[in-house]
Amino acid sequence: MSIATGALRNLQDVARDPRSWWQRSKGNIELWANLIVIGWALVFMLWRGGGFAITVGSVFAIWAILAVSLNLVVGYTGLLSVGHIGFFGVGAYAMAVLSSNASYEQLRTEAIPTFGWPFFAALPFSVILAGLVALVVGVAFNRFRDDIYVLVSFGFAVIAFTTFLSWRNLTRGAFGIHEIARPAIGPLVFEGELEFLALLLVFLGLVVLIAWLIVTSSFGRVLTAIREDEEGIQVFGYHTTHYKLAIWVISAMMAGLAGALLASWSTFIDPNSFVLLESVLLVSIVILGGLASIWGSLLGALAFVMLEEGMRFVPFLPSEFIGQIRQVILGILLVLLMLFRPQGLVGRFKL
Amino acid sequence: MSTQVDPRVYVLETREISKNFGAVKAIDQLTMSILREWLTCIVGPNGSGKSTLINLLSGMLPLDGGIVVIDNVGLRVVKAHDSPDHGITRTFQEVRLFDQISVWDNIMVVLTERRVFPSLLERTKPRHREEAERILKSVGMWEKRDAMAQDLSYGQRKLLEIGRALAMDVQIYLFDEPFAGLFPRMLEQVKSILKDMREQDRSIVFVSHNMDIVRELADHLFVLDSGALLAVGETDEVLSRSSVIDAYLGN
Repeated sequence: MSIATGALRNLQDVARDPRSWWQRSKGNIELWANLIVIGWALVFMLWRGGGFAITVGSVFAIWAILAVSLNLVVGYTGLLSVGHIGFFGVGAYAMAVLSSNASYEQLRTEAIPTFGWPFFAALPFSVILAGLVALVVGVAFNRFRDDIYVLVSFGFAVIAFTTFLSWRNLTRGAFGIHEIARPAIGPLVFEGELEFLALLLVFLGLVVLIAWLIVTSSFGRVLTAIREDEEGIQVFGYHTTHYKLAIWVISAMMAGLAGALLASWSTFIDPNSFVLLESVLLVSIVILGGLASIWGSLLGALAFVMLEEGMRFVPFLPSEFIGQIRQVILGILLVLLMLFRPQGLVGRFKL
Repeated sequence: MSTQVDPRVYVLETREISKNFGAVKAIDQLTMSILREWLTCIVGPNGSGKSTLINLLSGMLPLDGGIVVIDNVGLRVVKAHDSPDHGITRTFQEVRLFDQISVWDNIMVVLTERRVFPSLLERTKPRHREEAERILKSVGMWEKRDAMAQDLSYGQRKLLEIGRALAMDVQIYLFDEPFAGLFPRMLEQVKSILKDMREQDRSIVFVSHNMDIVRELADHLFVLDSGALLAVGETDEVLSRSSVIDAYLGN
């Protein structure tokens, strides 16, 4: 809300007195980060047209849900988890197994159970399953913090990936799962990409709203205190383990939601979407955008998606290298950012 | 045993508590009783176990032996998150604030709901705001409320930490060196805060090296040496004992 009024006030200022606005704003890195990323995205979308905009918007919505959910854990609570992709995968596979079309021709050796549930029946199960896995993992993780936390969450990401790859009776391993259901409400089936984008944005809005309610509640304030000094806040009567577990489960459920949406959006998933590298990229988005800033996570996700999709159109780049070059550029960006702006594009906090 | 224990008089007792760090006996079979609604001071040379004692009483360190008695309930294990239930709060020798959040939130965070799910639903209430405003004004930090705690000066941080303890509204306050490193003006401010608290019938335990302040403020004095009690009694009387003068004040 404050962002919208702030933007409006800026526009009024520009119109009234451009020169003094420039004087005041040229050092405002937050403003420029916003303008550049959003402007870049808009220009690209206008240039490439509707189909591109819809794809970018959908990919952005899924990454943005992930980034906002991870920021609750990393930015607000100070638990540097690189295992978040595991919950994303749990949500995606739950959706895939529950809703994939039973009539799809399977290899006999890789036959898996199919249920053929509709999307909206499978969605809550995917979210709850991600939450349950997080509950079990979180109880084990609660005793760790700081650098050890990175290591154990790394372990979780590896275990999750290996499970997706190797539990072939459930996931079909490297073959992946096809024909995952698209959402339908009565006669309205979200077959078209535009309808699906609208649905994704609704879920993104819901996640942002929930995250905003959490971080502005008393609970959210306690999370930031845990990030700053966990022992210190205990002595004021807080069971910090309960708080850490609660936000961990909530965050994992949001990631599970993102996974379920991804599965339905692409109608096909395989374990490659849930490798550790994706998890590290996700952490990069959160740090790039700004720790403990929901808006920062949205901006970080947009910048990341534009980096990926935008580079497809650089003429001299062979398309098979785009993925790798994106990672190189993201890596360089992160190093530069940590050197010159450790709080991220629009954040206020440092790790 | 129980004949000596009068619940109206003693607010906090230890019975033969011990704490070892490796081979070092930081607290050695210490038995002491802290009087209700008195200003108690703990003095002793560096390494005599003053901070360790406060860490044990607030549950920040586990006891190796002995019992802590709070409200006539003996505890072998003191948990940090139970200390408000025991009516105890504290400050730290090295100021510990929530650095990267605002001064305002540093106070608010100790005023709000402790249970996980109710706190998820709780928005900031007017009574929390009023209380935080009252506390911040009483320690002179109201103008600084929007600053981040890490951007404050040392003295301001010290005052904010004391303010955070005041916000707890409990019976027993453990202040670990509240006067260390303060300029005279802030020293007076902290002194008057402690005097006000005594007026409000709070029980205060503080650690200090400043003998002038100890003489001026403390009603009751414990002298610690090597984790054991060297002397105990009313301040003037203890400070006049030759054993205390030799062991501690003499050098």
